[in-house]
Amino acid sequence: MITITGLSKSFQTPYGKVDALKNINLEIKQGDIFGVIGFSGAGKSTLIRCLNRLEEPDSGIIRIGEHEITSLNKSQLREVRKRIGMIFQHFNLFDSKTVFGNVAFPLEVAGLSKRQIKNRVEQLLELVELTDKTNAYPAQLSGGQKQRVGIARALANNPEVLLSDEATSALDPKTTYAILELLRNINRKLNLTIVLITHEMDVLRRICNNVAVIEDGEITEMGPVQELFLNPRTDTTRLFVQSDQDLQLNNYSI
Amino acid sequence: MADDLLPLLIVALSETVYMVLLSTIMALALGLPLGITLVVTSKGHISEFSGLNNVLGTVVNIFRSFPFIILIVVLLPLSRFLVGTTLGSTAAVVPLAIGSAPFLARIIENSLKEVDKGKIEAALAMGAKSITTIWKVLIPEALPSLVRGITLAVITITGFTATAGAIGAGGLGSLAIRFGYMRYRDDVLFATVIVLVIMVQLVQWGGNFIAHRLESKHHIGM
Repeated sequence: MITITGLSKSFQTPYGKVDALKNINLEIKQGDIFGVIGFSGAGKSTLIRCLNRLEEPDSGIIRIGEHEITSLNKSQLREVRKRIGMIFQHFNLFDSKTVFGNVAFPLEVAGLSKRQIKNRVEQLLELVELTDKTNAYPAQLSGGQKQRVGIARALANNPEVLLSDEATSALDPKTTYAILELLRNINRKLNLTIVLITHEMDVLRRICNNVAVIEDGEITEMGPVQELFLNPRTDTTRLFVQSDQDLQLNNYSI
Repeated sequence: MADDLLPLLIVALSETVYMVLLSTIMALALGLPLGITLVVTSKGHISEFSGLNNVLGTVVNIFRSFPFIILIVVLLPLSRFLVGTTLGSTAAVVPLAIGSAPFLARIIENSLKEVDKGKIEAALAMGAKSITTIWKVLIPEALPSLVRGITLAVITITGFTATAGAIGAGGLGSLAIRFGYMRYRDDVLFATVIVLVIMVQLVQWGGNFIAHRLESKHHIGM
């Protein structure tokens, strides 16, 4: 479904060149929930942003479905982006638009008629259980509700892939679980491939099937999530697993 | 109060309102595209284009460095060319619009820059064109701030009309100088100032009202 070959990306900073991604190779299967985990600055955000070219890769090939993302021109890229949903840590909802207006936006972009838009938005808000907030503005919503709007908006044009850029990192644990539950249901219902980046092991354990650990712009470990928890091979992974277990022990002792 | 005061004031006020309205519209017509271009061509924005951005920025700065009264003199030939005369309110609209457009462009630039880049990225990630993102996301998201900025510009333009009045534009500024200052008519001077104060207050209230309405819609508390 998604294949990444030899992906590299560097940034010019006032302190010199920083290699954010170094020769990344990755394969993600149709219908998978694939997690990318790493510490802050490891390059995971750059990686996911390269997938829809919000960040332009320096070199490498990215394929999603039958499209070679890295060789598309601007107008082709716009078309393909309509089929790649994305949700964000800070939701990035449009404050000047109602919930309806937010979810309708990608449909307007895709050129649907008013009637089609109305029907589709109703369907989507039902899916994310927000029908009672149709005419509310984002400022009137809780964090969890905002992310539900974000998800509805990302799914509007029936994407093949959903990219989740730390989508639960700004939410409390309870809301996080509810959002993850929603993502898993959507994954099953629509056979939607989800790529999510996170720094929380809990997120991986709850919904991901496969995972890549990224450190200093390189993938250090990759495989099924259970494998990672049972046999962490690198220090970073051990650190993540360890901190996760500490957290669980703490929870039990409360 | 002298008998001639009221008719003088009414004529002068209508000239001022006419100049302010027309030059605001013209300044917006120039300043809005300029302000939008300054933002979207800046580094890391929708259509990054640093060459154009630098050129436009420099042009804006050059026009903004002119003291307004000098700009009027410099633009006299243009007024004559466009309007046929250098006297009267319509002729004054030319330097007023050109003088306030760069100021307005900077104000609009600042308002638009406040819009969170994440929102713009979200729109682009959905496959929206740059132009759609500008009209449907960037401008609506900045609207309350834009209204406040334009209000500020209208008030500045009102001040400019008084300056223009000193060299033949008509309006309240002209009245204050010709009657109040040159003929020692303190009553005219005083009345003109009061009318201007009221006018500026009304514009400010109007702008605040609209901006507040927009904000309370978008940013209502929980």
